[in-house]
Amino acid sequence: MGGEAGEERIKIGLEIHCQLTNLRTKLFCGCPADYRGSPPNTHICPICMGLPGTLPSPNKRAIEDGVAVAIALNSEISRRMTFFRKNYFYPDLPKNFQISQYDGGGGVPLARGGYLDIEGGKRIRIRRIQIEEDPAKLVHEGTIGDSAATLVDNNRAGVALLEIVTEPDIEDPREARAFLEKLRGILECLGVSNGELEGAMRCDANISIGGGTRVEIKNISSFKEVERALAFEITRQRQLLARGIGVRRETRHWDEVRRITVSLRAKEEEEDYRYFPEPDIVPIEISEDFIESVRRRMPELPDQRKERYMREFGLQEHNAELISSNNALWRLFEECVKMGGDPIEVSNWLVGDLISFTRELGMELTDPRVSPRKIVELVNLIRSGAISTKIAKDVLMESLRGDESPEEIVRRRGLLKISDESLLRGIVEEVFRENEGAVKEALRDEDVVNFLIGQVMRKTRGKADPKLTYELVKRNLERIAHGEGPSA
Amino acid sequence: MGEITPEDLERLCWLSRLRLSQEEKEEFLGQLNKILDYFRRIEEVDVEHVPPTYHVVDLTNVLREDEVEEPRPDEVLELAPRRKGRYILAPRII
Ligand SMILES: [Zn+2]
Repeated sequence: MGGEAGEERIKIGLEIHCQLTNLRTKLFCGCPADYRGSPPNTHICPICMGLPGTLPSPNKRAIEDGVAVAIALNSEISRRMTFFRKNYFYPDLPKNFQISQYDGGGGVPLARGGYLDIEGGKRIRIRRIQIEEDPAKLVHEGTIGDSAATLVDNNRAGVALLEIVTEPDIEDPREARAFLEKLRGILECLGVSNGELEGAMRCDANISIGGGTRVEIKNISSFKEVERALAFEITRQRQLLARGIGVRRETRHWDEVRRITVSLRAKEEEEDYRYFPEPDIVPIEISEDFIESVRRRMPELPDQRKERYMREFGLQEHNAELISSNNALWRLFEECVKMGGDPIEVSNWLVGDLISFTRELGMELTDPRVSPRKIVELVNLIRSGAISTKIAKDVLMESLRGDESPEEIVRRRGLLKISDESLLRGIVEEVFRENEGAVKEALRDEDVVNFLIGQVMRKTRGKADPKLTYELVKRNLERIAHGEGPSA
Repeated sequence: MGEITPEDLERLCWLSRLRLSQEEKEEFLGQLNKILDYFRRIEEVDVEHVPPTYHVVDLTNVLREDEVEEPRPDEVLELAPRRKGRYILAPRII
């Protein structure tokens, strides 16, 4: 404790909650799970409201979803899992307890262990995966300070959540974000959770610096905010340590508006939740057959896809990683390859200019204007030598803006590359006549050669074949050097 | 495990959101310690070779298909003691 400036290792562990948005009903009752946009308290029934005499029964599909995620995260699936009650009093729990799972006191969660490798090959270990219910949504009238009551909407209460807890293997906020993005890609690929929906994926984080006290940050409502919240918390803890003040063990709340973390309460000790086995739900046995049937129905996962792209198409690891982990990109890539586009060139365009151009234009990659046909035409135009790479960039940008295909744009604007030698020779001579001083310098200085080539490009508005232009310029310079006329 | 102290009782009250009078506290403290004694006696039984029981019925996998049952929310909502529109009112938190 205190302000010892020693080893400054940052350790971050994440606790992710994602709603299983592919379920039609809640975790333990038949209420519709899709609560978004519904009037308050319309998706409620005696079971999710915890009325006496009701019996919750687990949604089979939620177990299947959980098993699929556990397989994808290389976790060990429990053969017999149990549900526990987590007791606390808060208006967001209609029953005054949450039906959850517990890795202790004889409780067995859905899965333990596992890992996820993030970009760069770093491995983040998973501690456990469990299934539990989402609490209700609270609405505070007026400002938090002066509202007299809390309004409770129970439509969300009882919606199925998957809780994924990592080991504290993450060492900086960027890694946290990379992990979450990769996880999100997997969940979306499996079709179990849609991160586009507000509040579908939330995150709590534990963080300690230099082996010091662990602080928990709650209420990070989206994966994007995680990086920011962690960066703030690191600065805060460092400042405390620098001033010789110890970091207090506590739970802090991420204030998205003010972009700071604020102290919430002294952390309730774990035993305060008084976990005990849920008497209304019998244990669930997960057989090898069940796991196999889930595995058979699973789509290709991002990492498997990445390996395949490297093996089958010879893609670079960086391209393969980027494309395979983005649903819009890999679909586009596969369409392009199916249409005969060269895989390596297609991949270069996708991860390079396509991503940055669409970002610049504020377009989604799923926009219909981003069509595989456009990419394939572009790649083929370059391959056949019809246009230069430089022109191709303009053509792509223009094509993304509207409905015209690259071929149509090239034809309409007359952008075909000038690779006709006699035509280009004339232009080169013109440049030489207009830049006599530069020509003399170019005989000694290679950089000035590039200037001459640049002039040819300017005159042809980038259409001159770069290779041929280089050859012609060099040939002319050699002739001058040998005392011959500029052209033969 | 020792006795339940008045401090333990305070904490239990806080966790359970209960407010007790001084008389009640004295009364319950005695009762709680009796309950604790009772468990202490149960603990004397040798259970080393008995597997733990987490559930009293010998069933597994009582699951439900993911099919919507149209809820009748108004019948449930009517039971809430305080409401505002379709919201349920709870005491102010934070
Ligand atoms: Zn319900």
